[in-house]
Order: sequence, then structure tokens, then C-alpha cells
Amino acid sequence: MSTATAAHDDHHDHGAPAGLMRWVYTTNHKDIGTLYLWFSFVMFMIGGSFAMVIRAELFMPGMQVVDPQFFNSMTTMHGLLMVFGAIMPAMVGLANWQIPLMIGAPDMALPRMNNWSFWILPFAGTMLLSTMFMEGGGPAFGWTFYAPLSTTFAPDSTDFFIFAIHMLGFSSIMGSINVIATVLNMRAPGMTLMKMPLFVWTWLITAFLLIAVMPVLAGAVTMMLTDRNFGTSFFSAAGGGDPVMFQHVFWFFGHPEVYIMILPAFGVVSQIIPTFARKPLFGYASMVYATASIAFLSFIVWAHHMFTVGMPVAGELYFMYATVMIAVPTAVKVFNWAATMWRGSMTFEPPMLWALAFVFLFTLGGFTGLMMGVAPSDMQYHDTYFIVAHFHYVLVTGALFGIIAAVYYWLPKWTGYYPDDRLSKLHFWWSAISVNVLFFPQHFLGLAGMPRRIPDYSLQFADWNMVSSIGGFAFGLGQVFFFFIIVKTIRGGEKATDECWEDAQGLEWTIASPAPYHTFVTPPEIK
Amino acid sequence: MLASKSWRAGHTNAHWPLDSQTRIFALQLLNIGEITPVTRIKNLLGTLFGAVFAIASGDAAAYVFNMPKGVTDISRQVYGLHMMIFWISVVACIAVFAVMIYSIFMHRKDKGAVASTFHESTTVEVIWTTLPMLVLIAVAVPATATLLALEDTRNADLNIQVTGFQWKWRYTYLDEGIEFFSTLDAEHNKIRQVRSGLDPASVEHYLMEVDNPIVVPINQKIRFLITSNDVIHNWWVPALGWKQDAVPGFINDGWTELSEPGTYRGKCAELCGKDHGFMPIVLIAKTEADYATWVDEQKASAAAEANSADRVWDMADLMSKGEQVYNTSCAGCHQVSGAGLPGVFPAIAGSAFAMGDPSAHIDVVFNGATGTAMQAFGAQLSDVDLAAVITYERNAFGNDAGDMVQPATIKALR
Ligand code: HEC
Ligand SMILES: [Cu+2]
Repeated sequence: MSTATAAHDDHHDHGAPAGLMRWVYTTNHKDIGTLYLWFSFVMFMIGGSFAMVIRAELFMPGMQVVDPQFFNSMTTMHGLLMVFGAIMPAMVGLANWQIPLMIGAPDMALPRMNNWSFWILPFAGTMLLSTMFMEGGGPAFGWTFYAPLSTTFAPDSTDFFIFAIHMLGFSSIMGSINVIATVLNMRAPGMTLMKMPLFVWTWLITAFLLIAVMPVLAGAVTMMLTDRNFGTSFFSAAGGGDPVMFQHVFWFFGHPEVYIMILPAFGVVSQIIPTFARKPLFGYASMVYATASIAFLSFIVWAHHMFTVGMPVAGELYFMYATVMIAVPTAVKVFNWAATMWRGSMTFEPPMLWALAFVFLFTLGGFTGLMMGVAPSDMQYHDTYFIVAHFHYVLVTGALFGIIAAVYYWLPKWTGYYPDDRLSKLHFWWSAISVNVLFFPQHFLGLAGMPRRIPDYSLQFADWNMVSSIGGFAFGLGQVFFFFIIVKTIRGGEKATDECWEDAQGLEWTIASPAPYHTFVTPPEIK
Repeated sequence: MLASKSWRAGHTNAHWPLDSQTRIFALQLLNIGEITPVTRIKNLLGTLFGAVFAIASGDAAAYVFNMPKGVTDISRQVYGLHMMIFWISVVACIAVFAVMIYSIFMHRKDKGAVASTFHESTTVEVIWTTLPMLVLIAVAVPATATLLALEDTRNADLNIQVTGFQWKWRYTYLDEGIEFFSTLDAEHNKIRQVRSGLDPASVEHYLMEVDNPIVVPINQKIRFLITSNDVIHNWWVPALGWKQDAVPGFINDGWTELSEPGTYRGKCAELCGKDHGFMPIVLIAKTEADYATWVDEQKASAAAEANSADRVWDMADLMSKGEQVYNTSCAGCHQVSGAGLPGVFPAIAGSAFAMGDPSAHIDVVFNGATGTAMQAFGAQLSDVDLAAVITYERNAFGNDAGDMVQPATIKALR
């Protein structure tokens, strides 16, 4: 009798199964979150090594390292891997780990699909990378793959690229359906929508964006596929099509895509700042509305990426006005973060340092974005290093810093140990300084007339390129260091309390550290 | 060397680094020689220090920091807008950062700060939503005016068609009947080959020099009709204040009116394949009289070129002319060595096709291969150039067809 009871109990709080198959068959949101995060880290390292090749070639004038075709394939693969391989999967990883913990759910709503949406990724990533070893080389038409460079003029490996994009799209759509189903159905009793933590809100909105635009991307690559192989002419003027239509379709996906990468980071920062300012988030409701309006506006501004493409002037005016409007809800978010800090009682643990750097540096990227929204000036900025600087400020010091902040914030909950304080701070200062050495001079280069995506340049650009490359190598090294910090934390260190951070608010801090394999099997009650 | 302020006039390499005697590249650094990494870094530090010094002394123009004002009315308006939003951003940044920095220093726990609990204020929210909106409207008004002026290409005095090719530009003077290609200067092209071992500082305006610049008169409204023959390119001369995509199958336009003679340089600004970084633009503005002389010269040399197609050429002349044409027009894809790039551009060296039936060979060069990067060179090159380059392909890189193609044969195809 007693044996039977024990066996029965075992069944209820079993831990993780052992062995490799645990990871292949897992339907546990924590395991899948971990898989996503490690996958994204591997892609981040590969994409980063491509960036090192780019910075090495641009270290000085003249062609020293790679040939121009390979250089183009480096910029292309760097962009694709960072966007689709590193940033997006990392955000999904965070969602998997945290959304159930933050809304008091036992797991994601659709655990088997969750397994599948992760396991598509390694195959898609491998297929994408394998193109580099095919005849004619990998994709070399930029991560925006404009037709006809990517259709008529691209090597055969492009068809594998198309298939890889399709698979990445499946994965994202399934991941988003899961997030929406979980958030809408599995909140603990009493947790109304307007009581949800902001990270959950931003992810819910992101998931809707993903479902809306991933099919558009799939449509774009499918049209490419048929143009390339089945004689259609969607993007070829010779057959009655229009290459510019490709750009409209691409950016109808691409503009929301940049918010897909940044909104969850907004969410992360909105969790961290209140915790370390020991003060509730200022303007919770306005944060939710601002996020929703950014998401809505993101659908109606896409052609600001195309001011020089030859649109009618009425179109240019419309897209200019709509674009600068996005500055309003974005400014509201920044003001709210500043107001949260105001008269708080702040401490500066590593997650807070990264979140603060995010607010400062993302704001810089936001302002250059505003500058480029002004169409006549964009006639000069467009396709120069100015835009390269801009989007690295919003994606590296924005999205990536948000992810790193999140990792430092929740790592004690995941592993049960605090990351080494001194090493984490070293990692922070090293990265925060080198990232600016890397990207700030690129503003100057762009304004002075250096186009993007060129492997060699005129001598007046030499100095700043060298500075930028040195910053790039240093920043790259810093992220290898991040790897060691994470591994060290997993293996041990100062034991984390359940609360992890003094007075931290939220359900994830009510469970044990490290988080048990199964949590909230009985839902918590929210007052 | 040139005066340190002149880089802006046309992107010279004058400021690189402080002292022109010390223009050192790690290229030399990688080779042996007196330049050690330490010297190189010292040099860089000197440059950085010089940059700080230059800003402090108000001589920032000597360094690459900002957008050029340009030389047209439009470019100055664009520059003005750019500076306006820039300063608005700076002020807004300072305001927000000041608040944050103040709380970071004053409202910290180790200073004994106790957190207040306020977390909402509709009034404040309304204020900081409307304020940015008003600022944006203030920006939109002049931006609209500039955009309308920039796009107004009516009433042009002179029309020039600009066609992008992988990787060169073709200029067609619609009113004068002049047409020519403009490619990266041959010397620059040698230097920019991978591990060429040549020093980019040995030429002026590295990568911003062409064989045939586009020449325009001052004081006339010039309308550019911009299009492409293959992929999307972008025609950009920063001093004019705008850039415009060249889209295959569509014609975009832009305009300018220059008031000073001068040389203005730019580049292709839209990724257009392998040699995207190597299709510069050089625009020379001349007085109306000088421009008229130039037009006459162009017409005379075109006539001379047409005449030379009627004589019979010998092998040596065809080969030397052919090498020149090949290196400018074909080597970008098929490579100087004729080896091509496997999977993208076929090899000419050892190609049975290239050495086979001359008429098939002529056909692919003359008419191109539809749906591939291989362009129809019949429309681009003269009879002599085509005959020479085909002869060259049949007999260079170890190819041994042994026969010649005469300009007259090509002329008969037209
Ligand atoms: C923009 C790139 C590009 C340039 C420039 C270029 N070609 Fe080609 N060329 C190609 C491609 C791509 C093909 C293969 C076409 C096909 O698939 O049928 C090709 C094919 C050829 C062939 C047929 C080779 C064979 O074995 O089938 C010849 C001959 C040739 N080119 C000659 C020339 C000559 C002469 C020039 C210069 C006047 C030139 N090409 C310039 C891209 C280029
Ligand atoms: Cu081009």
C-alpha cells in the first residue's frame, strides 16, 4: 500500500528524464526554452564570426581577406542568421521559459507543437548554412534579398535558402500560436489581461504580428521560387511584373519584423527597471497602449525603407508622416521608463546595468530612426553606413541587450545560482564600451558618403573603419566571455534565493530556485 | 599634398592620416618592412587625437563627421533639414538623459533613497504624448516643401539617361545623341583586386575615379532619367543632395542645377552583386562654352570610331584592343584570368564553346543570354570592340582557336 502511494507521488513530481532523448522528445516549456536559447546562442556565435570577417575586410582600404562575392555572402548570412537564427529564437526561448511562470500556468498550451516548432529550427539553420558550401556560394544578395538580384541573377543555392526561410516561418508561426493560446487560456485565476506582466503583454502583441506577417514573407519567397524555376514573372518587368513589388511585399513583412525583434525586449526592460528601482512601473496602462499602437503603426509605414525607389510623391509624403508618428508611442515608453526610475531606490545589479544601457542606446537608435523617417534627408542617408549604425543601435544595443539583460535577470531562477558579480560587470562594461566604439563611428561614415555592403572603400573612410573594426573585435570577444559566464553559473556559484532579487514582484519569484521541472500544477490565486 | 579642407570638394584622401608622409597601410604591415603594428596603432592614435583636436579647433571639416552641404540648392535644403532634426534630437536626448542620469546618481539605495510609490498620472501622459506630436508637425512642414522641390523634374533644359549595368554606368545624352559607358578607372581596378599588393594611397580618389566621367553644363536644369539593364542599382552623387534607384524595366527621374564648375564624386548605393562597391560616378560640371566643346569632341571621336570598323584588322591589333575591352567589360564576371566563378559565371579559358563555332560565340556576346547576367553587348560596344574582344577570348588564356573576327562581320549584324 505505502509503496503504491510512493510510486504514485513519484509520478506527480518527477524531474527531468535523463539522457539525450529528454531533449528530443521534450514537451516541457523549460526544456524547450533552454533549447531555443542555446540554439540562438550558437547561431549568434556563427553570425558573429561572419561579422568578424566583414570587419576584418573593412579594417583598412584595399582587399586583403576575402573576395567581393564572398564578402556579400558574409553580410547576407550575418543578417539572416542574426535576425532569424539568433534574435527571434532567443525571444521565443525567453517566452517559453517565462510566460508560463509569469502567468501561473503549468506549461505552454500546446506542448507537442512546441517541441516541433523548436526542432524545425536546427534543420532550417543547417540548410541555410549548407548553401555556403554549394557551387556558386551562399546567398549574396543582402538579408533583404531584393529581386531580381535574388531571382534571375542568383546562384542555384538560392532555392535552398528559400526552403530554409519557409521552415523558419513555420516555426515562428507555430511558436506564436502557442504564445497566444497560452496567454489567452492559461492565466491563473484572477490574472486579468490588465494585470499581466508587461513582458507577457509585449509577447502577446508580438505573436499577433508574427502570425500576420510570416505568411507574407512566405508569399514573397514562394513568388521568388516560381520566378526562378517555373517561368512566372512576378518580379521581372520583362514578363510584365515589377521588381519594386518585391520590396513592397518584403517590407510589409520586414517592418513589423523589426518590432517583432524589439517589442519583447521592451517587455524585458519594463520588468527589470521596476525591480531594481523598487518602484512599480510608471504608466502601466499607457505602456500597453503604446505597445499596441507601435504594433499597429508598424503595418502602415513599410515603404519608408523605399524612399529612393521612385514612388509617387504623394506616397512618399504619406509614408513620411506615418513613420515619424511612431516616434510618439516610442517616446512615451522611454518617458515611462525614466519616470519609473525617478525617485526610486535604485541598485545596479547586472540585469539593471544592461537594461539601463538599453534605454540610453536604444534611444539613440530611435532618434536616428526619426531622422531617416524624414524623406528628403533619407535621400542622403539611405543605403549608407548611417542606416547600418541606426539598425545596429536598435538591434544590438536594443534587442540583443534586452536579451542579455533578461538572461542575467532570470538566470538565477533557471539555474539556482547567481552569475558571478565581478565577471558579469566586466562583461557589461566591456560590451557597453566596445559596442559604441564599433557602431558610433559608422554614423560619421554614412553621413560622409560611405555606402553599405561594400567590401572596399575610398581613403577618407579609412580611419573610422579601423576604429569600428577594433570595436567589433572587442565586442565579439566580450560575447565569448558571456558564454563562459553562463557555463560557470550553470555549474555553481552563490545560491539564489527564491525571490532572487530584493522585493521582486511577479509569480516567477514565488517558486523555488532553480525552478522545479513542473511548476504551478495547481494554479496560484491572484488577488 | 592637398590642403586639409579639400576632401569635401570631391572626397580626396587629403586628411588621411595627419601627415601624408605617414600614409601607411597594414597591407604593408602584413608584408615585412619598417612598418610594425606598433607604428600602425600609434598612427591611429595620432589620427584620433587629431580628430579631437580638429573638433576643438573648429576645423572639423578636415575630418569625416557629417553630411556634406553639397553644391545645389536642394542639397543645401536637405542639409538644413538634416541639421534641424539632428539638433531637435540632441535637445530631446539631453532632456531625457538628464532626468535618467539625475535619478541614477540621486535616487539610489546606497545613498539611502527610499522609493516613492507613484505610478500613474494622466496629465503627465497627455503632456508627453502631445509635445512630441507638435515637434513632429513642426518638422513635417519644411520637410514637405523640400520633398516637393526635390521631386519636381518639370521644365528641364537637358535630359540625360543613366542606365545601370553590372558594374558600370551608361550615359545617354538624349538631346545631343552622345552615348558612352563609365567604368572604374583601370589603375584603381588593379589595386582593388584581392591581395593585389598595391597601395590604395598611390592613386588619388581611390575607387572614385572612372574612365569616362559624365559631363554636364552649369546653369541648366538637368533631368536624369534613371533605369537599369539588369539588377537594381542606385545613382548617387552626395553633392547633389539625393540618390535614386535604377530599376530594370522602369524609369525614375531626378534633377539638378549646378552653379559652379567642378568635379563631384559618388557611388552606386544599392547592392547589385559582386562588384557593387566598384561602380563609381564622376560628374564634371563645365561652363556652357566648355560643355559645347566637349560635346563636339565626343561627336568627332564617335565618328572616328565608326570609320575604323571598315578597315581590316590584324591579329596583334585585335588582341591588344581585345585585352583592353575584356578587362573593362568582361573581367568583372569572367575574371581577368578567364577562369570565371564556378556556378555563377562560366570560364572562358579552356571553354570549348569559346573556341568553337565563331558565329555562336558572336551571338552570345552580341545578344547576351536572356535571363542571366550575360548582357547583350551588341548594344554596348562598338564593332571594333566586339570583334577584338571575341578574337581575344578565342586566343587568350591558353585558348587556341587561331581565328580572327573582323569588325566588318559585326557591322553586318546590325
Ligand atoms: C555581369 C556578368 C557578366 C559580364 C560582365 C560578362 N558576362 Fe559573359 N556570361 C555571364 C554569364 C552569367 C554567362 C552564362 C550565361 C548562360 O547561362 O547561358 C556568360 C556567358 C558567356 C559566354 C558563353 C560561355 C559558355 O561557355 O557558354 C561567353 C562567350 C561570354 N559570356 C562572353 C562575354 C564577353 C565577351 C563579355 C564582355 C564583353 C562578357 N561575357 C561579360 C556573365 C557575364
Ligand atoms: Cu550598382
